[in-house]
This record gives sequence, C-alpha cells and structure tokens, in this order.
Amino acid sequence: MPLVWLRVAVAFYAVGLVYSLLLLGKRGNLLAKVVEPAVGFGLIFHFVSLVEYTVLIGHLSWASIHYSESLLAFVAMVVFFIFFVGYRTTSPGIVIFPLVFILTFASAIGQKPVTFTSPALRSSWIFVHVVMIFTGYAGLFLSFGASLLYLMQERALKAKSSDGLLPKLPSLQTIDDIGYHSLLFGFPFMTFGLIAGSVLAIAKYGPFFFTDPKILLSFIMWIVYLLLLYTRWSSGWRGRRAAILATCAFVIALGVWAANSFSRVHRFPPL
Amino acid sequence: MNLIVIGVNHQTAPVEVREQFAIPEARLPEAVKALASQPGIEEAMIVSTCNRVEVVARTKDANANLHECLETLYGFDPYPYRKYLYEYRERDAVRHVFRLASSLDSMVVGEPQILGQVKEAYATARAVGAVTSQLDALYSRAFAVAKRVRTETAIATSAVSIASVAVELAKKIFGNLKGKSVYLVGAGKMCELAARHLMAHGASKIYVGNRTYERAAALAAKFNGEPIVFDQLYDTVDRADIVISSTGAPHAIFLKEHGEKFLSRRKNRPMFFIDIAVPRDVDPQMSKLDGIFVYDIDDLQQVVASHISDRRAEADRAEAIVQLEVDKFQGRMQTLDVVPTIVSLQEHLETVRQAEIDRVRGRLGTLTPEQELAVETLSRGIINKIMHTPITTLKSAARESSESTTVIDLVRKLFNLRDSRKPASEEEDATLSTKSEGRR
Repeated sequence: MPLVWLRVAVAFYAVGLVYSLLLLGKRGNLLAKVVEPAVGFGLIFHFVSLVEYTVLIGHLSWASIHYSESLLAFVAMVVFFIFFVGYRTTSPGIVIFPLVFILTFASAIGQKPVTFTSPALRSSWIFVHVVMIFTGYAGLFLSFGASLLYLMQERALKAKSSDGLLPKLPSLQTIDDIGYHSLLFGFPFMTFGLIAGSVLAIAKYGPFFFTDPKILLSFIMWIVYLLLLYTRWSSGWRGRRAAILATCAFVIALGVWAANSFSRVHRFPPL
Repeated sequence: MNLIVIGVNHQTAPVEVREQFAIPEARLPEAVKALASQPGIEEAMIVSTCNRVEVVARTKDANANLHECLETLYGFDPYPYRKYLYEYRERDAVRHVFRLASSLDSMVVGEPQILGQVKEAYATARAVGAVTSQLDALYSRAFAVAKRVRTETAIATSAVSIASVAVELAKKIFGNLKGKSVYLVGAGKMCELAARHLMAHGASKIYVGNRTYERAAALAAKFNGEPIVFDQLYDTVDRADIVISSTGAPHAIFLKEHGEKFLSRRKNRPMFFIDIAVPRDVDPQMSKLDGIFVYDIDDLQQVVASHISDRRAEADRAEAIVQLEVDKFQGRMQTLDVVPTIVSLQEHLETVRQAEIDRVRGRLGTLTPEQELAVETLSRGIINKIMHTPITTLKSAARESSESTTVIDLVRKLFNLRDSRKPASEEEDATLSTKSEGRR
C-alpha cells in the first residue's frame, strides 16, 4: 500500500513540476490556482505513504535508498510549505518541485522495478531517452555559447570599442533571449530524458543505479541546469555570473560524457 | 588686433579636466565681466559648453600671457594643466573662432548646437560690456561665415548628432527599442533631442525629472511623458531602460551604490546611462557593475569619430570657405591697423606745411589770390609726393601680417609720429607689469 500512496503523491507532484516549467517560461499563471492544492495533496499522500511504510517494517529504515529519497523529498516539501505559509510565495517551488518530483519518482519506481514486457518496448524507451537527453544537451550548449557571446558583447560595449566583433554580433538583448530560451527549451527534455533513463536503469540494474558516477554526475548537471534557470528567473542573472554557471554545467556535461568509459550501467556498445 | 584664444576642448582634454574648467551658465556673466576687467585685457568672451571651455581675449600687448588671467578667473593655477590647453593667436585665433562657429571644431562636425551656444556666449559677453568693438566685429563675421558654411556645404545636413549615436548604442544593447522607456534627468535641449531620436526609433515611454518641476512638466508634455518630482529621482530612475542625464550638478548624482539598487530592483535587466553633462552626472565606477552601461560625452565622441569619414569631403569644403574668410577678415583688420598711422602722417605733414607757410608769409608780402593758390598747390604737391611711397608701402604691408607692425613702427620713427593711443597704453603696460610682479 505505501507504494500506491507514494505513486499518487508523485502524480500530484507532477503538477508542481509542470508548474515550475511553465513559470520559468513566464506562463506560470496557467497553473497558479491548482498548484498549491495539488502539491498539498501530494504532501498528504506522501506523508501517509511514509507512515505506513515505517509501521510496516516496524522501525525507521535508513538503509533503504528509496526510503531515504522519499524522506528527503518529504522534508524538502515541508520546508517549502513553511516558507509558503511565512511568505505566501511559491517561487522556491521552481527549484523544489522538480527536485521533489525526481526524488519521489525514483523512489516510487525503484521499490518495485518496472519490467519491460518486450525488447521492442525497451528499445523505444532507450530511443526516447537518448533523443530527449540530446535535445537537453543541445539547449544547454546553445545557452553556454550564447552566454559567452553575451560576455564578449558586454565587454566590447564596456570597452567602448567599435571595432572587432562588435558590429557583427547581434544586440545584447537578442543574445540574452537566445540563451534563456534555449535553456528553457532544453530543460524539460533533459528532465524527461533523465526520467526515462532512470526507468530503464532501475528495470535493468535495480535500485543501486543511483550510485553510479555517470548517473550521479547527470543529476548534478541537471541540478546546475535547474539553478541556471532559477537564478535567471528570480534575479535575472546574466553576463558574467550566468556564464560561470553555464560553464559549470558545460564542464559537468563533458564529465557525464566522459563517464561512459568508467560507468558500470551506462556504456556505449563497443564499435 | 592682439587676439588670443586659450581653452580646453574634447580633443585636447579628457572630461575630468574639462570639468575643472567648466563655468556654469549662471556664473558666466560675472566671470566674463571679471575677466574683461583684468589689466591688459581690452575685450573678452568665454564659451563654456560640455565639450569645451575657451577664453577669447583681445589684449593690449601682443605678447600677453593669459595664464595669470586664468588663475585669477578660476582660483587655481592652470599651469599643471598646460598640456591640455590649446592656444591660438592672431590669424590662427581668427581661424579658430570661425571654425568653432561653423561647427568644424565640434565633436560631431556640422552639429547645429554649437552656433547657438557661441551666440549665447557672445550675447552674455556683450550684455556685461566685455565685448565692445573688435571682438564684436570678429564674432559678427564668424556668424556670417557659419551661415555661409551651412548654406554652401552639406555638413549640417549629414550631421550625425550625439542623439543618433545614442540611439545606435541603445540598439546594440536592447536590440529593438520598442517598448523601452527613457528617463531624462535634466530638461536641457540635448536631452530633448536625444529623447526625440529614441522615440522615433520606438521607445515608448518618457519620464522627465528636473529640479524645476515646471520645466520637467513642460518637456514631458511634449512627449506625452511623465514628469517626476526630483526628490523621487532615485526611486524612479530604475523604471527606465535608458537614462539620459544632463544636469548642471557639480558632482556625480548617480553613484555605484545607486546602480546596485537599480539593478536589484530591475532584476539585473541592463540599464544604459547616457551622460552628456560636464561635470559628469554618472560616476565612472558605475560601469563596473554588470548590466550597467555608461557612456559619457567623450565615449560618444569616439563612436562619432567612426562616422566622420563620409563627412570629410564636405568638411574640407567648409574649411576652404573658412580659410578664405579668415584671409578677408585679416586683410580688413590689418588695413584698419595702418589707418591711424596714415592719418597721423597726413596730419603731421599738414602741420609742417602750415607752419612753413606761416613762417615765410611775412617775407612774401601780400599775395594775389593767384599767387596764394600757387603756393598752396606747390606745398601740397611736395607733401603728397613725399607721402605717396610711405602710404603705399603701409597699405601693401598691411596685407602681409608679418611686415605690417615693422613698417608701421618704421614710418612712425622716420616721421617722428606720436600716436594718441600709444603713450597711454605704455603707461598701462607699466602698471600691468608691476602688478603682476607684485602678485608673484
């Protein structure tokens, strides 16, 4: 039973995830009315699931990775609600909702691994996973490039030099828009690509896929990605600071790529 | 005419130095008056704009040094700034005055504001009696030359104004200006012009903040904009993407800490400060902040400089006109220089002739009217013959500026001519030198 409640909670949290994606794209008001009750219900079901689970096994179990994930997500949501009650703002949700969703999702599917009924279904999941992750990468790289161009253009404008690249570059605003929109575009793909990958990995390797370096790096990259969007959304980080964050994300992305060579669960087939 | 122009401009001095020399509009009449009443100075004028501050003076002494006058005027020793000062004398000074009025010396060659500014300076100087005779002639001519340049060449029509440079830069930052807002701090002409350009390129909202609220309201009304009470300046400036500042404030009014506040309130959306005030309104430290772009009047000039080449041909034609006018003016002024000498030569010889006739009249006895006429004709003839060469020499020397004073002096010495002006000015020169020694 606790698994059922957890899955219900995940469904509610999904509303939060979609809300935060919309909010980043400045269309947050579409879901603004439903997001609070939705994540509220999610929290209730989450709580029920945790209590039931604890009662079932008779004690708090720190050993189970799923339990820890679930508990971490729960604590994050509780903190969110404390802030919400105090400040009447859902904006931290932009970071919290996707994080909570990923954690509870991993916990929910990990406890009873999905099994693919046919190889064809599995390979189509792989296809979806690869296409989405790559699209996410593309968005990130484009944004990284744009933030470098932004820096160059900003420097040129500050140096007041009218020669060099300056006349050929688009305006600062245009570069900025390109950078932000490509981030926005890439993020959902990256998110769902990771989810698809998690499903695949749990089905094949069980719960311990999370400790694989490749997977860990991927999640770190995802979190940096999320931070990039968040700082941009909340305080309009541009230029130097955005470029530093984008560089971090880029370097981690390279690490994720390189991790193929020593990852247990994620290797390209030898040529 | 002993003409001297001394000053700093956008080419010779950075804005930090020009700030030191700038004279606010309100203080100008008093300053010109004080300058003109200094010993050794006959007439004076001061042109003080954001791009230049210059003193134009007609002195008694051809080799007069204006540095001390500047020291008295500003209360500080201009000597440390000497490398930023330009100085023109005589013919070069005339040329400079003509070029300035014709907008050939402007940051944006051909821009129309400078003529107005010179005219204002001239009116101020005249009103306080600092410009009376020869400078008056010089500036009347300068305005005529400016008009001629304007009508005969195309420099004015193709002028790239500061305003259009501002628009171009704003586009580099914001792309499209559509929906962008502009904040004018100070309700001056330049502000208005820049705002007009920005509006023409799509800027949609104008705020005007000015110390005198009525002026802000009047300017805002022209653009359908919003006048702002000056006290609320710091709370409202961050509403605008583009800030054009041109107040007469003696210190920067926008500091780095203001910029930080603006940015946090704007969620780091970029801001563009166009600072056309001298002294500057925006602290240069501001541009260290990410997302704040500050262009002061010198920076704008650099951008303008890149546009200048296509106007060079027109400017060359204008320079030729100025050159021609300088020659004409100089010719006239120098002919004026020799006139007193010619007159006193004539007077002198006439006195000699009269005296000689009176002396011999007793010995001649009574003369018939015919004889009387013959004596008269004879003596006049001799005088005219004697005078002919010196006068033609003087007149031709007048056209060669280098020779004229030598020839004038020579003629005066040869004929022992006493100039009615000369003794007086020598006396004053003596007092001047004792005074300046006393000051040292």
